[in-house]
Amino acid sequence: MNIIPLFIGIPLGAAFVLVLLGKAKEVVSDVLINVVTLLLAIFSLVLIVFLKDNGVFVYTMGRWFPPKGINLVVDGLSLLMLVVINWIAFFVTLYSVSYMKRFTAKARFYSLFCLMIAGMNGVVLTGDFFNLFVFLEIASIASYALVAFGVEAEELEAAFKYMVMSSIASVLVLFSIGLLYGLTGSLNMADIGSIIQGKKNLLLSFSLVLFLAGFGLKAAIIPFHAWLPDAHPSAPAPISAMLSGVLIKALGIYTITRIFFNVYGMTIQLTWVFMILGIISMVGGGILALQQKDFKRLLAYSSISQIGYIMLGLGCGNYWGMLGALFHLFNHATFKALLFLNSGAVEYSTGTRKLEEMGGLSKVMPVTGATSTIGSLSISGIPPFNGFWSKLFIIIGLVQAGRFTLAILTVLVSVLTLAYYLKVQRFAFFGTLKKKWTEVKEVPSIMCVSMIILAVICIGAGIFFYPLMKVILEPAVVVLQEGTKYSSLILGG
Amino acid sequence: MIFFLSFVIFLIGLYCVVIKKNLLKIVMGIVIMEYAVNFFLVSLGYRKDGVAPIVTEGVKEAKFVDPLPQAMVLTAIVISIATLAFIVAMCIRIYQRYHTFDVTEIRKLKG
Repeated sequence: MNIIPLFIGIPLGAAFVLVLLGKAKEVVSDVLINVVTLLLAIFSLVLIVFLKDNGVFVYTMGRWFPPKGINLVVDGLSLLMLVVINWIAFFVTLYSVSYMKRFTAKARFYSLFCLMIAGMNGVVLTGDFFNLFVFLEIASIASYALVAFGVEAEELEAAFKYMVMSSIASVLVLFSIGLLYGLTGSLNMADIGSIIQGKKNLLLSFSLVLFLAGFGLKAAIIPFHAWLPDAHPSAPAPISAMLSGVLIKALGIYTITRIFFNVYGMTIQLTWVFMILGIISMVGGGILALQQKDFKRLLAYSSISQIGYIMLGLGCGNYWGMLGALFHLFNHATFKALLFLNSGAVEYSTGTRKLEEMGGLSKVMPVTGATSTIGSLSISGIPPFNGFWSKLFIIIGLVQAGRFTLAILTVLVSVLTLAYYLKVQRFAFFGTLKKKWTEVKEVPSIMCVSMIILAVICIGAGIFFYPLMKVILEPAVVVLQEGTKYSSLILGG
Repeated sequence: MIFFLSFVIFLIGLYCVVIKKNLLKIVMGIVIMEYAVNFFLVSLGYRKDGVAPIVTEGVKEAKFVDPLPQAMVLTAIVISIATLAFIVAMCIRIYQRYHTFDVTEIRKLKG
């Protein structure tokens, strides 16, 4: 199927065209970026239909066959990520059309955005370790620039911090790739997987630790999280939505699962590592979020907490745990993107991010108020919204794995989540309207549209979770369950 | 032995990033780490008495050095140059805002 390289090619090409359009009218670049992201989003749905019959699809770049050449692999897990990345990107660009009017150089913003999408699509598609590193860097460098896009003091500081941490992560990943190459003489994931299967080696474990540290830094799991609460709030709101909703998952969670499940193969010790990291992030992120007074900063800490849920679910190692983790990944992308867009809308209208200064805003901003309530209820796991089902699946997985204390802890953190989102609702949207906000208007309709669609997805994924599960989540879980069989699938077909 | 050396250089870079207070010294630490990894990759491809991997007609299979790590290093260097250019540009912008390179004084963000 030849649309696979287009996921990387179209945004890369668009990025260069958009830079050239810098002098042209704004409308041109607005239309172009939205067409590009919509096209990619539709392609990702087309792939679902094609993949249904095949199970896995391998595209060899330039007819150099693996293990020598680079291949792009689409299987259930990549497909899930592609759908999430490209649809969220479409809603975010739709929102940016109005939101980014406040900034100069909109075309350059779009160009960087396209590079970031190209990098993320590349990361989830590639079946080659060095290629993974290159796409990782493309996405990361674009995201540094986007975090610093406002070039105010705070933004630069956050971007610098993010950049230092993330550069260290990239170097660790490259080091580990070098080690693996030295041990196996190959760079192809499937090939390496088949070579190292069943082998025990000190250097192999060392490379595994380096991967965990490198991608853990990108995913902001708690011992590695220090950059996230600065970087995500400082970026413009659409980028915060993209970073928190998609980037940490594509560069962090996806790569960790792909490498640990499909290349190294999960062991009992590794599931423990996943669970412990998950617990620390889940509880730590939740407690830190509770104290925050800045709307976006609270959301950033909450991202760490939700990433913890995903890691915990993956650590269960059984069907329900992994299903819950992947479903939560999908859900978190939708409701966290929605909440960040809400925070952007509030900032757009009132100019503040401090929760204490807001109050009663849902009277003047009904759409933002209503959608943020939906987002908050979803993320806290209130039925029938989508967050409820994914958290329920993770808890079922934990119970099946015999970890009752962890299951109870998960429920408690869910209550904690509800607590801090109620705080957001209480301070920002409910209560009496402060006098200085009576003149505030609802945001432009195009921003409302993208928030409403995301809210509808939150409800829809909650009510129709069963078909969603069958169509895109189950193939992804199958990939994880097959584990190291991945290599024979890719090299054989 | 040579791999051990590259790891030592890597740790020097990491030390520099973690301990130093000056923005530019932190940047240098990152660069040192990147160079350590590049050094490691190049030394992976080294074969004793190896020659450049160019196949010549008539000559029997000579002992080649591994060309793949060299290609990888080239790519990695290009990427690190791009990162370096961007991070130094950011340092200049930070200096314009804060009038200092000291990280202990650059803290408007907390929590």
